[in-house]
Amino acid sequence: MAMTEQRVSYTLDSSLETIDSAEEKATRIATELGFAEDEIMQISMAVREGAVNAVLHGNAYAPDKKITLAFERTGDELVITIRDQGKGMDLSNIPNPLAPENLLKTSGRGIFLMRSFMDVVEIRPSSTGTELKLIKHVHGPTAGGKEASQ
Amino acid sequence: MTMKVGTRQVDGVTIVDASGRITLGEGSVILRDTVRDLLSKGNKKIVLNLADVNYIDSSGIGELVSAFTTTKNQGGELKLLNLTKKVNDLLQITKLYTVFDVKDDEAAAVKSFK
Repeated sequence: MAMTEQRVSYTLDSSLETIDSAEEKATRIATELGFAEDEIMQISMAVREGAVNAVLHGNAYAPDKKITLAFERTGDELVITIRDQGKGMDLSNIPNPLAPENLLKTSGRGIFLMRSFMDVVEIRPSSTGTELKLIKHVHGPTAGGKEASQ
Repeated sequence: MTMKVGTRQVDGVTIVDASGRITLGEGSVILRDTVRDLLSKGNKKIVLNLADVNYIDSSGIGELVSAFTTTKNQGGELKLLNLTKKVNDLLQITKLYTVFDVKDDEAAAVKSFK
C-alpha cells in the first residue's frame, strides 16, 4: 500500500477476495469523507462492480496480473481509479441492459450500475489493460474541508 | 456476511428465506443451487423472501434473473417477497421491477399462485 495525505493506493491480486476488499475499502473511505449513507452504498457498489470487471474480464483471474486501486480526494471530488493488466475492454460492444431484449440477460449490468451511481465514469482501454475512473462529487458539509484520514 | 437460505412449505408453495448478500461467488452459487434443487424435486411454485438480503451486486441481479427464467422454463413461477429498499431501488434502476412479480405480504404471495 502506498499512501500520501490525500491519496491512497493498493496493489491487489486478481481474486474474488480482491473484490470484497475493494468494496470494503471504498465503504471505509467514503464514510471517512463524510458521504451520506446512500452515497456510501453507491460508491462501494460502483467500486465493487469495477473490481469485478478488472478481476474477471480484465485480468481473468491470472495470478501474475495485478489490480491497482486508488482513492484520491481532489477538492470537492472523490476520484477512484481501478487499473487491470488485461487485454483491454471493447467498449463498442456493450449492450444496453435496459433494452427489452436484454432485460432477462444474466450479465451486462456492471457498467450501467457504475454510471447510475457515480457522477463521472471514464473507461480507458488499452492493449496493456483498462483504466477505470470513477468520480463522486462531495455534496456534504465536509466539501472542501476534511481530507481522507488514510 | 455471506448468504444463507432456509426453505419451508406453505400451502404447496416453497418459501425460500434468504439472508445476507447475493454477490459474485458464494452468495450467487447458493441461490442457484437452492433453486435448481427445488425444481429438480418438483417444487415449481417458489417465493424468494429477500427481507433479510441487504446487498445484491450485478452478479446477484443476474442470478435472480436466472432463477426466474429457469423456473419459468420448467413450467413454474418464482416471485419475490419483502424487498429491502436497497434491493427495491436496484430492481427499479435496472427495470427488472417490471419483470418480477414482487409481493410484500407472504400470505398474498402464496395465494397468488394458480
